[in-house]
Amino acid sequence: MKLPREFIVYGVLLFITLLLPLLGAYPVFVMKVMCYALFACAFNLLIGFTGLLSFGHAAFLGGAAYAAGHALKVWGLPTELGLLFGVVAGALLGLIMGALAIRRSGIYFSMITLALAQMLYFFFLQATFTGGEDGLQSVPRGKLLGFVNLENDVTLYYVVLAIFVVSFLLIYRTVHSPFGQVLKAIRENEARATSLGYDTARFKLLAFVLSAALAGLAGATKTLVLGFATLTDAHWSTSGLVILMVLVGGMGTMLGPILGAFIVVALENKVGDIGMFLGRTTGIEWFNGLGEAVTIVIGLIFVICVMAFRRGLVGELGAWWSHRRSARAGAAS
Amino acid sequence: MTELFGLPLSALLSQLLLGLVNGSFYAILSLGLAVIFGLLNVINFAHGALYMMGAIFAWMGLTYFGINYWVMLVIAPLLVGLFGVIIERLLLRHLYKLDHLYGLLLTFGLTLLIEGFFRSFYGVSGLPYQVPEALQGATNLGFMIMPNYRGWVVVASLVVCLGTWYVIERTKLGALLRAGTENAKLTEAFGVNVPLMVTLTYGFGVALAAFAGVLAAPILQVQPLMGSNLIIVVFAVVVIGGMGSILGSIVTGLGLGVIEGFTKVFYPEASSTVVFVIMAIVLLLRPAGLFGKER
Repeated sequence: MKLPREFIVYGVLLFITLLLPLLGAYPVFVMKVMCYALFACAFNLLIGFTGLLSFGHAAFLGGAAYAAGHALKVWGLPTELGLLFGVVAGALLGLIMGALAIRRSGIYFSMITLALAQMLYFFFLQATFTGGEDGLQSVPRGKLLGFVNLENDVTLYYVVLAIFVVSFLLIYRTVHSPFGQVLKAIRENEARATSLGYDTARFKLLAFVLSAALAGLAGATKTLVLGFATLTDAHWSTSGLVILMVLVGGMGTMLGPILGAFIVVALENKVGDIGMFLGRTTGIEWFNGLGEAVTIVIGLIFVICVMAFRRGLVGELGAWWSHRRSARAGAAS
Repeated sequence: MTELFGLPLSALLSQLLLGLVNGSFYAILSLGLAVIFGLLNVINFAHGALYMMGAIFAWMGLTYFGINYWVMLVIAPLLVGLFGVIIERLLLRHLYKLDHLYGLLLTFGLTLLIEGFFRSFYGVSGLPYQVPEALQGATNLGFMIMPNYRGWVVVASLVVCLGTWYVIERTKLGALLRAGTENAKLTEAFGVNVPLMVTLTYGFGVALAAFAGVLAAPILQVQPLMGSNLIIVVFAVVVIGGMGSILGSIVTGLGLGVIEGFTKVFYPEASSTVVFVIMAIVLLLRPAGLFGKER
């Protein structure tokens, strides 16, 4: 059996990621990127392959982060069961929200998911198990399967990488399965998919639940890595952030969300430094406060992407590549 | 003293008034969203940020230039409307041929930009704004004590909403607007300058938001993030009411404000979520919304 060509790219990327801790990269940062990359890939399954713009994915990330944190800290469940509980929580939330939201389509779908996620946010704000404004602090990492000690950052790094790779392959398999083809048909023309006899509502709901479950896995893993779950995870700005990740990287591409997650997480961490640098070199004091106003930078990238780079970085690159190839083929004949 | 549900009637009525005040803001904002969506097919996420701009402009006018409330009630919507015209001409215009979701994404990005911009100057603490002198104090209506300013907010909002309804449903200009909503190409073929109409409609819609912002300045906290939570509730209002009818938006907005007000009395914990719960119920029973048509 011949592997598809893109697996060479995946293999190289995996190889580099395997070596990163040895090359001196800060493991927690890379793990955070991987969690958000998984979150973005899960989101891309909806926007990129089914054509549904959910504005409420923070609910699944945040909900699962709290669920896993609670299971690990309060109930003292083993790590793998804690993660599983997070995934189940994400999937259940997805089932409820999805069943309501797919009753309307298009722009209404986005507004409904946003509103339901906001409702859940207010619930988390008032509930006692979330710790309110303080969040859920000092969640123990525990031992995987009872013997792998995860308190070591490097050990945890390879566990998170394994979770990410397995999830990525699952998404790859889903997208390239007959089920994935039906999702793409719904994205292109829902009425036609219905006329072909597909129960589109069922397919959309299933895709929504799968996406929510994977977003839940991302949230649960994030709690494990950082040791805390906060309200920010469930806030609408997080839903906006994941949209930006997929938009920057490229909707409907496999690698786009990963690249987008890396760019956005790095930007969030570094924008303060960039602002300080600009403030020092230009002497304009306003730049020094740039770290306080990351939202300006994020908003600006949003506007630029929507106006000029709707295919995202990976999408533009892919388009350039196939354009070049067809130009070459034309010259050869 | 008369009692109802175990509560003094006057307390109940003052909550009703508070609910009506919030409902007025919902009504003006959802009305603006509906008018914009009708013609542009864009859900204006920036509506909340532009409402905030209206409130901050009112504060800036008073603090930096000594311009009073009444003048700013006219100037702030004009400025924000002009800003809307620029947004439409420079950015939104290029997205009409694409999927509707890009309009939502663009205005979401603009929201972050605008909020971040004002946050970098004013932080997130509330800026104080006095109730204008003429409306200070309260009136005893016999059955309740009504703070004058709250009464004014409800009356002013109703006048603006009904005025908008009258213009759209009963005048020549409104007829052109409705024709453009129904079929933009055909309307243009009859010699109507539809692109200009689209620009002005967007400007008008966001000016309405700014008007609500100025009205809100003396009673709610003026701060850069005041619009972002509000806009999500307004989205739920829009889903509940459906965007098909102007009067529907007004009635839904006011009604939900009142329900929210009563929830604050009987079960305060649910007051921030009650609108969303109603939205879920409406979606189960009548997916197209109370006044909407399935498209």
